[in-house]
Amino acid sequence: MNVKQLSIFLENKVGRLLETTEVLASQDINIRAMSIADTTDFGIVRLIVENVDKACRLLKMHDFTVEITEVIAVEIDDKPGQLAKILRTLQDNNLNIEYCYAFVERNQDKAVVILRMESTDKAIQTLINNGIKVLTQGELFR
Amino acid sequence: MMWDKPLESMHPDKLKDIQSDRLKNIVKRVYDNVAFYTNSFNNLGITPKDIKSIDDIHKLPFTKKSDLRDSYPFGMFAVPMEDVVEIHASSGTTGNPTVVAYTRNDLKVWSTVMARAICIAGGVKGDIIQNAYGYGLFTGGLGVHYGALETGITVLPMSSGNTLKQLQLMRDFKTTIITCTPSYSLFMAEEAVENGFHPQQTSLRIGIFGAEPWTEQMRQKIEETWCITALDIYGLSEIIGPGVAQECIGKNGLHIFSDHFYPEIIDPATGEIMKDGSEGELVITTLTKEAIPLIRYRTGDIVSLNSEPCEACARTLPRISKVKGRTDDMLIIRGINVFPSQIESVLLNIKGAQPHYQLVIDRKQSLDTIEVQVEVDENFFSDEIKKLELLKQKIKKDIDSVLSISVDVSLVEPKTLSRSIGKAKRVIDKRIL
Repeated sequence: MNVKQLSIFLENKVGRLLETTEVLASQDINIRAMSIADTTDFGIVRLIVENVDKACRLLKMHDFTVEITEVIAVEIDDKPGQLAKILRTLQDNNLNIEYCYAFVERNQDKAVVILRMESTDKAIQTLINNGIKVLTQGELFR
Repeated sequence: MMWDKPLESMHPDKLKDIQSDRLKNIVKRVYDNVAFYTNSFNNLGITPKDIKSIDDIHKLPFTKKSDLRDSYPFGMFAVPMEDVVEIHASSGTTGNPTVVAYTRNDLKVWSTVMARAICIAGGVKGDIIQNAYGYGLFTGGLGVHYGALETGITVLPMSSGNTLKQLQLMRDFKTTIITCTPSYSLFMAEEAVENGFHPQQTSLRIGIFGAEPWTEQMRQKIEETWCITALDIYGLSEIIGPGVAQECIGKNGLHIFSDHFYPEIIDPATGEIMKDGSEGELVITTLTKEAIPLIRYRTGDIVSLNSEPCEACARTLPRISKVKGRTDDMLIIRGINVFPSQIESVLLNIKGAQPHYQLVIDRKQSLDTIEVQVEVDENFFSDEIKKLELLKQKIKKDIDSVLSISVDVSLVEPKTLSRSIGKAKRVIDKRIL
């Protein structure tokens, strides 16, 4: 049930994010969602893209340090309180989130939350048991 | 003033007699007591009987820093431990520290040569030495201390760091001689100005600076900043610590105490002895050392030798030039010897993989900084900031503890560090000395 995220190491330097996106654009790879975590001297860019394996190979070819990280994609209604409901479920089950980010699917009134958990499998099971919709890689790009 | 006038100004022939006697003696002692030398003499097919005077020294084998490392901890001792009264250790090239040991007589020699050094620099009774070399395993602090005690000149055992306290006591105690690394003296001056002290209005008149290479330009800057005479001292732990050679007021080379430390200049590639005036690797034989005598020790320092009597101070002891460079990749950061291989082994230990790295050495506000840039390859990468930050901290902590100095670590992208053909360029030294 887990989906694949690209994680890319970038130095805090002018133009590095641009170069990353240009490499992906050169092969028509579309970015669905993005999140950046940064410190004073480096950052990690996390991307949800279609054709993630190709994107990963492509970036490696261009000397990026990149890996594929297993994350969870959860679909919720684009309404107040929906994210809180998920977080409450995780909290009640003592499941720790490493990081998360979200994006909206405009034509469906849905939102997708990407979760990176300490224990992915247990989190997926808990979410499903609580009636929360967990997306597969395929469903993410339908 | 000369501390040891007869010895410091004796006729070269007489000095040679002393050196010959001492060499014969030490060669016999190491051959009889140190397995490393028994073997290396045997390998060359020589015995102590082949050494009849100092002119035969070229027959003897060299000793390298790696030989000291290989014999860690006590393999180079020529005396039983019960005769050793003090042990120091400096950071080695990889892994093991280099052990430095002294018998009671070695300490006496150390005190004497340091007393000579202080006198050569112009120290007299009534002076107060502010000793800002680090006390502890580093030989700088205690070496100067023993020398000061020997001369009877008052010593203030400040050790390194704690700059504001240094400045306060310098002002209140009216210290007249400062001993520290040359870069630290400039750092102190900057702190002084920032804190309302006037570096030119202290009672200081002499600075004895060493433990790192420095240039004439830096001397000029220090002398102008503090209004003092700045003189160079040379030494290395393996030989005795500070007090191997000292510059006199002539500022034209450092008088090497060759009745104790016999100097040769060799071509580092061939091992051939070079004539006076040529630049080459300084090789030293300790003629009197008891605990760890070293035969033809290759210092790695590039200098030239001048055997002419000194016009400025009338000493006949030969002079070595200021250190011009190194034969190996050793760096001196804040007076501490650093080998890139030390950092390499730390990185290798962390993940079992060798990432590409680079050292950037700089001097900011007169203080050396060392930045270790590590390329984050797949072995080191994580999608979590937390893990990368922990990795960074661990690298810093491990390197700090191996080098005994604090480094900055930064994580950089792969292939961003410069590579020259075949061999990686590991060190970028931006310091202007």
